[in-house]
Amino acid sequence: METQTLIYLFVGASFALYIGIAIWSRAGSTKEFYVAGGGVNPVVNGMATAADWMSAASFLSMAGLIAFMGYDASVYLMGWTGGYVMLALLLAPYLRKFGQFTVPDFIGTRYYSKAARVVAVICLIFISFTYIAGQMRGVGIVFSQFLDVGITAGVIIGMGIVFIYAVLGGMKGITYTQVAQYCVLIFAYMVPAFFISFMLTGNPIPQIGLGSEVQDGSGMYMLERLDNVLVDLGFNQYTAGSKSTIDMFCITMALMVGTAGLPHVIVRFFTVPKASDARKSAGWALVFIALLYTTAPAIGAFGMYNLINKVDDVAYTEVEPFFTNWEDADLYAWQDKNGDGVMQYRPGTAFEGKPEFTGETGPSGERLVANAPNMDSENEVYVDRDTLVLANPEIANLPGWVVALMAAGGLAAALSTAAGLLLVISSSISHDLLKSTFAPNISAKGELFAARAAATAAIMVAGYLGIYPPGWVAQVVAFAFGLAASSLFPAIFMGIFFKAMNKEGAIAGMVSGLVFTFSYILYFKLMNPAANVAENWLFGISPEGIGVIGMLINFGVAIAVASVTKGTPVEIRKLVDSIRVPRGAGEAHAH
Amino acid sequence: MDDTASTADSGDFDDTHDAGYNAPASEASVDKPAAETSAAEGAYWRENIRLLVSLMVIWFAVSYGAGILFRDFLDQFMLGGYPLGFWFAQQGSIYVFIALIFFYVVRMKQIERKYDLDD
Repeated sequence: METQTLIYLFVGASFALYIGIAIWSRAGSTKEFYVAGGGVNPVVNGMATAADWMSAASFLSMAGLIAFMGYDASVYLMGWTGGYVMLALLLAPYLRKFGQFTVPDFIGTRYYSKAARVVAVICLIFISFTYIAGQMRGVGIVFSQFLDVGITAGVIIGMGIVFIYAVLGGMKGITYTQVAQYCVLIFAYMVPAFFISFMLTGNPIPQIGLGSEVQDGSGMYMLERLDNVLVDLGFNQYTAGSKSTIDMFCITMALMVGTAGLPHVIVRFFTVPKASDARKSAGWALVFIALLYTTAPAIGAFGMYNLINKVDDVAYTEVEPFFTNWEDADLYAWQDKNGDGVMQYRPGTAFEGKPEFTGETGPSGERLVANAPNMDSENEVYVDRDTLVLANPEIANLPGWVVALMAAGGLAAALSTAAGLLLVISSSISHDLLKSTFAPNISAKGELFAARAAATAAIMVAGYLGIYPPGWVAQVVAFAFGLAASSLFPAIFMGIFFKAMNKEGAIAGMVSGLVFTFSYILYFKLMNPAANVAENWLFGISPEGIGVIGMLINFGVAIAVASVTKGTPVEIRKLVDSIRVPRGAGEAHAH
Repeated sequence: MDDTASTADSGDFDDTHDAGYNAPASEASVDKPAAETSAAEGAYWRENIRLLVSLMVIWFAVSYGAGILFRDFLDQFMLGGYPLGFWFAQQGSIYVFIALIFFYVVRMKQIERKYDLDD
């Protein structure tokens, strides 16, 4: 069968599966809508959490980032997994014991304050929308790459699918579709990795293959060989880093703490039956995540090695078809700066900006670009980093069904994360803003309707952001983690471990951490990007890592304010005592 | 004694419960005198904090220590084809994270049983 037919088949079948699950698992009550009834098996929840967590960025972009950044990309690998240790040990079991529906629920109740709840809702909505815009964009990109439909049509189809299972099914529908989506995405990710690892190193397990000898007769280890190849071409060593140690440290920390503070991840642990299940579930989530995260470094390194071997020093007329395919998709380009008809892949950019094709072809048949060549570099090849994962099966000459699987996997990753985010946005509006703050008399039925209406509105906004991505979307992913690390995480952590933390301290801490982090990122990423260099950074910390300082400010301000204001009321101290012991969570679930 | 006007106690992990503490009504502790539950809860929480601190030290050591701060030193050793510091940063720390969580799951269950506070 043709690859194109297979892609339609795989994507169509996976969509039919998601919709089938959505119809089977409709939510009938607010409890089912918000926390899937609170009876999800911890292993199942771990799998759903893994799909919830691994977004289009994890699936499509991360291996590409690793390929082009080498050791420096370790910040993502450690940062996006280490947060689960903090979740399992410091947050999840206590929040589950607390036994409510949302993150602002905990903050509002623990700090006996509607203001604290509203501040938490604002943080949550901002974090979740920054994140979701990227997901819808991811859906659009996969559609336009594989299914011959435009990005706009792709986003609208994606919105329709998410609408069906998020609005109908709520958390219950999302949980079981996420399980299916995890299976699709991990299968799609691992199959090409096994093939490529086996072809390059003779060992099919990519985690071991990356540490094995490369089968090219050189008798060298894979990483050693890659270091040599890159250094020969003038690049840095793959296994050496270029980021400063303090920046590596702070980015990793901001991503870890941010992960532990992301509302759509935390809320997944509200769905298991018991506090001890929340711990177990976080462990399983990390197992399922680690499967992809420990494979990504191998895909990155193998992809880079294959790319150089098949592109550098190869005449354009003899290059394998994958290059021209991606060139046709505007994502690869070659500018023959020295006129020898042979492609040189070197450090530096080939030309300024993204390729703008003139529509004419050059002497070797390549598509000409109008961009001004960068004469400071001998590099002639432009490769979009995000294509590495999708192009990998083609570069390695794998069969068409593997390519089709990648399309279904990429969509599963983007849709599962989008749905989880939509749910926390809608429940924070219907539950925290309406039911708990502004319209306490709303009926359960009314609340459920409001939750569905809010989810629908959130899908519209997310779709709009996906179709017309504001220029800042790519720039502000740092916001989501930085803000979660500097606002929500400290408030939740102190709520559990510092009985003396009162509402004045918590609100002052959240607001100061939030304002500091927000301003720092806003200044360097949006207002004055030209100044975004290490010399201008506070302590040499980039905007990606500044959430750590925001977090310290939050802790410092909160403790200082709490020590000079009235102590916590006795019922709150009792509440903290009760969330610290696991016994009793079952009852909270039963009524 | 906890009372309504209780002032902020030290910002540390407060693991000292006094005997006058009453368990919240939602808890399944009716079959026990309140004071006894409180002592058990205090001891349970202290053990939990000790366990948390030691596991978080390992968490820090494998990622920030081995993967970032001492990477250059560790890179002189090899694990198969991986320089050791690089391995910790891109593989090893993740495996240790998983082990830490499951160790905590098992150990906490034991501690909870010991104080009869499991769920």
